[in-house]
Amino acid sequence: MTLEAKALSTEKMVLNMGPSHPATHGTLRVIVELDGEVITKVTPEIGFLHCGFEKLGEHLDFNQYVTVTDRMNYISPMCNNVAYALAAERLLDIEVPKRAQYIRVLMCELTRIADHLVQIGMQAVDIGAFTVFLYGFRLRERIYDLFELVCGARLTTSYTRVGGLMRDLPDSFEPLARDLLEQAPATFKEIDGLLTHNRIWLDRTRGIGSIGYEDALSYGLTGPVGRAAGIDYDIRIKEPYSSYEDFDFDVIIGKNGDVYDRYIVRLNEMWESLKICQQVLDNLPDGPINVDADSKYILPPRPEVFNSIEGLIHHFMVTMENRGFEPPVGEAYVPTESPNGELGFFIVSDGKREPYRVRTRPPSLINYSAFPKMMEGMMVSDAVAVLGSLNIIAGELDR
Amino acid sequence: MLPKDQLAVVLKDKFQDSFIEITEFHGMLTIHIRGEEVMSLLRTLKTDPRFAFNFLANITAVDHLEMGGHARFSVVYHLLNQHEIRRIVVRAWVDEENPRLPSAIPLWKTADWQEREVFDLFGIEFEGHPNLTRIMNPDYFQYHPLRKDYPLQGRGERDNFKVVKRSIGSKWQDRRSFE
Repeated sequence: MTLEAKALSTEKMVLNMGPSHPATHGTLRVIVELDGEVITKVTPEIGFLHCGFEKLGEHLDFNQYVTVTDRMNYISPMCNNVAYALAAERLLDIEVPKRAQYIRVLMCELTRIADHLVQIGMQAVDIGAFTVFLYGFRLRERIYDLFELVCGARLTTSYTRVGGLMRDLPDSFEPLARDLLEQAPATFKEIDGLLTHNRIWLDRTRGIGSIGYEDALSYGLTGPVGRAAGIDYDIRIKEPYSSYEDFDFDVIIGKNGDVYDRYIVRLNEMWESLKICQQVLDNLPDGPINVDADSKYILPPRPEVFNSIEGLIHHFMVTMENRGFEPPVGEAYVPTESPNGELGFFIVSDGKREPYRVRTRPPSLINYSAFPKMMEGMMVSDAVAVLGSLNIIAGELDR
Repeated sequence: MLPKDQLAVVLKDKFQDSFIEITEFHGMLTIHIRGEEVMSLLRTLKTDPRFAFNFLANITAVDHLEMGGHARFSVVYHLLNQHEIRRIVVRAWVDEENPRLPSAIPLWKTADWQEREVFDLFGIEFEGHPNLTRIMNPDYFQYHPLRKDYPLQGRGERDNFKVVKRSIGSKWQDRRSFE
């Protein structure tokens, strides 16, 4: 007996994910066109969280805008603070002391570990594994405790200032940080053991959402997503900023550009970040954390403000609305390697107290624009896996 | 890459009147060019082995209404040569009356969303863009908020927000007035 294949009449179905969907981690909408369970077309719609940060930047002075930058990418706030401070310092042509640069590197790398822990954990939750998330969050909480110790806030850190840092590390910081660095490998090993050779994880991530080298270049992919596709470009090594050239670490490169490679790149990057943190703590130089107070870019020390008329006037000149330092006419763009990719602030100044234009080069937006390309021919359930692997932060996506 | 003066000669020779100038600020070179010729300049920078800028990092725009410049708007392209690790900035100037310039999508696909963003926030149109619609603001929105003549507070968009009334509302209101 032969079975005759009967042509079924089929039609394409449009499925709407979001704007509020548990797997999108932020308000973004994906309109998926389906043929059976296979995706034929994906149309992302963004802008639900558009807050006009760039417009706001034209009305806030250089130090006030620092508080806005960490609200953009709330998973890696320190990296945003540092990126903005670096761009402003390039514009003003000042260089912060070595100690401040090292502390910035330390904070950036701790942020990178926290960001990758959340990313891997959230992606595992999306795919159906809850344990990884909890194991990762335990370590992340401890990193956030360190942030709280340093600057008083866990999420909205606002730690950098133009010309230095908000304050120096407290004495109790170093033993706690060393303790954390000692215990972090256990968490990485747990994640590694739970996922790397896990049959279900491999099935859900290998060959999913892959993008080739040429396409990745064309779409402007950077960070772990770009490196998973084989782009050998890490700004920390190629264009070192904030004394990254002093530290010894490796860049992790993938080759397939799929979700699994992104996971491997992120997991190994955490080990490298750990190496950098250790080197910072071992070699942390003594000295000031701010540029010279006479330069009028930073606030004078508190005792001076309270005890001398010059200090009071100085404080007044920096903080009052119609005073403040005046930058030269020009523009600056400093690329930095944030956990998601190339993050840079493009600041145009017309010589006034507020920048004339502040543009963020948002890695989330640019990585997300390759999403329709990655989803060609994938299944519906893969959309969730790929979304998780891009680590889109809606605040930065829409700004 | 060629030093600044030689680069200016080469570009002046190739683009004649469309080429405006090259400026330098803290070590970053900026090529200024008229908007209509930006595509051939970008193609030259990408394909010419002397430049070989293979990566488009960023597209944005600046409204020069208060600052002054060669025209009202400049569209800014940040290019990167990943092999020799060099960056350069291209500024394409477009007029207020006809803010149009060719799209860079044939060279880099990353231009797609970023050009939509520039269109949405500045009202600069990109010729040849397949889907030039608003990306951040809703489709019915009429203004381009990052232009300098648009106020920070908006233009009364909030006044038109629908007032949501719930049945429970009156009851709570009554109680508040009673207290």
